[in-house]
Amino acid sequence: MTNIQQIVDAVMNGSSTAKQQVQDAIKKAEDKKDYNAVLSLTSERALKRADEIDQKIKNGEKVGKLAGVPFIAKDNFLTFGAPTTAASKILGNFKTPIQATAIEKLELEGAICIGKANLDAFAHGGSTENSAYGPTKNAVDQTRVAGGSSGGSAVAVALGIVPFTLGSDTGGSIRQPASFNGVVGVKPTYGTVSRFGVVAMASSTDVIGPITKNIADAELVMDVLAGKDEYDATTLPNFFKPRIGEVKKQKIGIVKELMGEGVEPEVLKVTNDYIDKLRSAGHMLEEVSLPLAPMCLAMYYIIVPAEVSSNLARYDGVRYGVRSDASDLAELYGRSRDEGFEAENKRRILIGSYVLSSGYYDAYYNKAAKARTLLVQQFDALFKKYDVLIGPVTPTVAFKLGENTDEPLKMYMTDVMTTPANLAGVPAISVPAGNTSDGLPVGVQLIGPMKSDADLLALAKSMEGYHE
Amino acid sequence: MARISKDEVMHLASLSNISLTDEEVASMQADLENILNYVSQLESIDTDGVEPTYQVNGLQNIDRADEIIDYGVTREQLLEVVPEKLDDQIKVPEVI
Repeated sequence: MTNIQQIVDAVMNGSSTAKQQVQDAIKKAEDKKDYNAVLSLTSERALKRADEIDQKIKNGEKVGKLAGVPFIAKDNFLTFGAPTTAASKILGNFKTPIQATAIEKLELEGAICIGKANLDAFAHGGSTENSAYGPTKNAVDQTRVAGGSSGGSAVAVALGIVPFTLGSDTGGSIRQPASFNGVVGVKPTYGTVSRFGVVAMASSTDVIGPITKNIADAELVMDVLAGKDEYDATTLPNFFKPRIGEVKKQKIGIVKELMGEGVEPEVLKVTNDYIDKLRSAGHMLEEVSLPLAPMCLAMYYIIVPAEVSSNLARYDGVRYGVRSDASDLAELYGRSRDEGFEAENKRRILIGSYVLSSGYYDAYYNKAAKARTLLVQQFDALFKKYDVLIGPVTPTVAFKLGENTDEPLKMYMTDVMTTPANLAGVPAISVPAGNTSDGLPVGVQLIGPMKSDADLLALAKSMEGYHE
Repeated sequence: MARISKDEVMHLASLSNISLTDEEVASMQADLENILNYVSQLESIDTDGVEPTYQVNGLQNIDRADEIIDYGVTREQLLEVVPEKLDDQIKVPEVI
């Protein structure tokens, strides 16, 4: 059983139980331990919740539309039942007194969190190799990276441990690992889903969303997650409604800047095959230009480190987290942060401090913020003419473990095609489109205008299993 | 070409409250130079007269009533996650 609705139906009609679902998922997680996708299990709490749900069903009480469905959250979501580490050392022992709004909403509908997924520490990275607890291995080829930063979340779904996981996407962290492991990844419109209780990385681009095996499951989870939250002032009033009925013919722009130099031929081929399928399904596709697309990575690696340096200032070893030995307060801050952060965390904090320093603020941070305005304008102009934009998710398939770890800039390049949507705030999804001749998964990216999340999913759904 | 000196790395580390080891300073120096050189390509974009963007979904001035929201978190729960405490206070090394 891989489809969420089938699980809910089975739990409701008595042919399965929530307890059975949770036990199965926990067993699968334990069987697949060697992938290092799951950092911790919340077994005790999950089984208790499952019993409660089963009892409610017996009593004929209301249990919600995800009753008995097990899921795993990226370990930067505050959750009960296990520590929330953000895959860092500094939060290695952190047990939260509150849960993230997203977790609360899912639990209200009867879903059951069974564990926490690995990530690059503080979601800084594109391979999950920056985790303080070791890298996650790719679901298809264990010598390759899971992608990142939501690597554990993508692998857990690809391995069939749970039907859905939660991830966060600041510059591609849901879509890229989804693409690397052959699963669906949704980066919603900025502000669609509350981030309250999710470890903040870059507040102007952070979004959270689901990773699933198929589009219908993603629609179900998004339907539960979306909506305004008084604890996250950036949330939009709920606009997400899964589409029903036939998808009308779309005008789709193929972004030429994403289809050129630096993209592996096999990735291009799978993308072009998907484009051909869209054409034969009656959609209109033509090449378009997003001239600033090649500049997005440079904007991103100014704006995001700036926000990172500010958001990570709170980890000081004083009020929570791990504290290093020190004889005075300055040493306490300095050593706790040096020992508690991974190298990539420090790199981004220092870059952020640099671009925000007086003397450099205008040349770097403000320059990037202005370029961001031009990028938003270019997207707006394209979406006046086109319903959707298409391109690859990443220039390569999953690379080998260790291949990029010594060259931060090379690792950053894996975000080159996913950062535009984050900077502009528009929704984008990663859809499994095929495999290379070596059997490695390739995803295509569908990008839509603000609040078109449900339309993007409907289009992708109409193409699932489509044969010419 | 952006050039970052060792002293600059140490200054940034001190602004960021991170005590880097000598080894870390050396490797950060090379990484920061590479990254800053890469992002410097933005210089080629003409942004004269363009307003900066800091927020992308159009929301602004989200107000709420000036009332205390009860998160359901107790003082005891917050003290439970403190690394070092004395009675019901957070303990830090002597400051003055």
